[in-house]
Amino acid sequence: MSSSEHTVSHVHRDDVASRMGMWLFLFTELLLFGGMFILYSVYRYNNPDAFHLAAKELNTIIGTFNTAILLTSSLTMALSITAIQRNNKSLSIFFQLITVVLALGFMVNKYFEWGAKFHHGIYPGSNELLSKPAGEVLFFGLYYVMTGLHGIHVLIGIGLILFMTYYTVKDIITKDNYMKLESAGLYWHLVDIIWIFLFPLFYLIT
Amino acid sequence: MSNQNHNEVSYLEYQGKYKGILSWILSTDHKRIGILYLISLMIFLIVGITFGLLMRLELLTPGKTIMDPQTYNAIFTLHGVIMIFLFVVPGLPAVFGNFFLPILIGAKDVAFPKWNLTSWYLYVIGGLLAIISILLPGGPSDTGWTFYIPYSVRTGTNVTFALFAAFILGFSSILTGLNFITTVHRLRAPGMTWFKMPLSIWSFYSTAWIQILATPIIGITLLLVAFERFFKVGLFDPALGGDPVLYQHLFWIYSHPAVYIMILPAMGVVSEIIPVFARRTIFGYNFIAMSSVAIALFGSLVWAHHMFTAGMSNTSQLIFSLLTMIVAIPSAIKVFNWVATLYKGSIDLQVPLLYVLAFIFQFTIGGLTGVMQGVLSIDIHVHDTSFIVAHFHYVMFGGTGFGFFAALHYWFPKMFGRMYNKKLAERTFWGVFVGFNVLYFPMFIMGWLGMPRRYYDYLAEYQIYHVISTIGSWILVPSVFLMFGYLVYSAFKGVVVTEKNIWGGETLEWQIDTPPIHENFTEIPAVTEKPYEYKSNDLITQFSEAK
Repeated sequence: MSSSEHTVSHVHRDDVASRMGMWLFLFTELLLFGGMFILYSVYRYNNPDAFHLAAKELNTIIGTFNTAILLTSSLTMALSITAIQRNNKSLSIFFQLITVVLALGFMVNKYFEWGAKFHHGIYPGSNELLSKPAGEVLFFGLYYVMTGLHGIHVLIGIGLILFMTYYTVKDIITKDNYMKLESAGLYWHLVDIIWIFLFPLFYLIT
Repeated sequence: MSNQNHNEVSYLEYQGKYKGILSWILSTDHKRIGILYLISLMIFLIVGITFGLLMRLELLTPGKTIMDPQTYNAIFTLHGVIMIFLFVVPGLPAVFGNFFLPILIGAKDVAFPKWNLTSWYLYVIGGLLAIISILLPGGPSDTGWTFYIPYSVRTGTNVTFALFAAFILGFSSILTGLNFITTVHRLRAPGMTWFKMPLSIWSFYSTAWIQILATPIIGITLLLVAFERFFKVGLFDPALGGDPVLYQHLFWIYSHPAVYIMILPAMGVVSEIIPVFARRTIFGYNFIAMSSVAIALFGSLVWAHHMFTAGMSNTSQLIFSLLTMIVAIPSAIKVFNWVATLYKGSIDLQVPLLYVLAFIFQFTIGGLTGVMQGVLSIDIHVHDTSFIVAHFHYVMFGGTGFGFFAALHYWFPKMFGRMYNKKLAERTFWGVFVGFNVLYFPMFIMGWLGMPRRYYDYLAEYQIYHVISTIGSWILVPSVFLMFGYLVYSAFKGVVVTEKNIWGGETLEWQIDTPPIHENFTEIPAVTEKPYEYKSNDLITQFSEAK
């Protein structure tokens, strides 16, 4: 494998290094959300009753549906990588596009979910929300910030996967050189994993 | 690899795809990026020093001297933000790490050259945002560099810009760290095992881990403060039910490890310079290497000692106090090993070594006063006094700053292929050293006597210390500017150096051309022994003849 040779940096390709770099980046993402998970734990510990009440306002059905969508999209992402490994370019593109469609579906659901809350006047800084006990303000503050930041990651992921589709079409991503797609896949799985923690914390534990 | 002639040209003259300034700002060559960082860091350092000088001038007399209180608040904030986020944190890794890390491990570049360039652009964008926050209406941020809640949510100044500046600079720092870790893992020359790496690599490597693991926390925390200002989310604001002490925890979970991001690379440079000018093997290589890792590890667990007075259980206080003292052990191991290396060495007192000796002297003072503050009872006495200011300036400036200057004088001839005037440099060193100590030592005394930090006004009994301190700034600042002056001059007009090994060092950077060629090595070297063996006397005699 060429990766063990140290050739000229500019034409140098080292898949192991790329994978390592991506994993290190994923650590930073985990810690970014980790800061908020600390906030969540502390505030939940301090306000168990208010968190219990506030969580009942969230729509578990939409949440479950979204979880299913994201998990499926992780599967299609993995399938697209397997497809390119087997040199099936069109199948890989197909699965990448399915992943994007599912991600968009997730965002549409999110839009309706947030929209309904806004309609009821529950959003950060609203009079309706500020009249509630402090624990519920904190719950919704965390809810909006954490799911919002996760949503931004989903959008970035969509952009990233579309770039990968373009690269696949242009034969930059091929059977022998699919590290870019694999990195995008790793990123997408991270987005998925964070949601897997957000979902029970906000929707299921009531 | 296209043309043999290309290999002969130094990186300074190498013609890539672009010409002129573009060949610098679009270059992915780690050496050119190091120089880009050096220039931008110097500019911000000069700005930061100027703010510091103005602050000292204001404190010359009680009451108003040259500025009103609001300006003073803005200036100490800007001094902190610029010095921390734009100078000491990127500091040695961004400049000397970029330039020398690949060379020291026998590589042609870092693992991700394009991301390396991106990190410089992020740095510049962050710096510009910080400058915009000064210029826009609303006025520069006046919260102190710590952005403590609730004031940072209430103040009408441009805190948001300063927050975003720090956020983006964090990304720049993460990219550098990510690059260094991967480079050290993947691109070491054949034969260079972990324990044959130069000690500065151990430092850069440990630093890189802190950069990656701690920086995201400050990123999210500062982002949340911005959300707090825009949307009234209430996560930290006590008026909305949030907990401001929790903000302090999250802030220091990054910002305490960050002080090790600042000091570890400087320690690495010291370990690099001492054996060269003592002409003997470093004492306790393994201990110095492992102490870097230990500092990175324990340094991540001590953040709450910044908050002993902010409300915390006695148990937590005890644990954090204990951990704080434990961090002192690996730091002390390094100091003892450095001194032991010097003992019975054939010491050649060149300018880089002078800065290193000053580093050891000042770092010891700064470090030991740090241990004092780890003692709970003393901490309550000196909390938020200028004793603290003196302590961290002894570590950050007397340590990292002097380490930076040492590295600059040590590697300057290799980087530019030119030499500065050694006599002038030596005299300037004494100005910097004396000025520094006159400036900061009185702060220990007045802090102990009760002078609070960040205060605009003070009682007349403290004035004598303020006057001495301000006089110190009048010695220090011109000396530092003189240093920058002769370094910039020498980079263009200094005596040309083509010798490969001007100091008689045994690490890889002294085996390649001066200045290095575009690809560093025509052939990747094979490493067979530890970095500072000094087995052959040839080098030493050759060196003393050259002198």
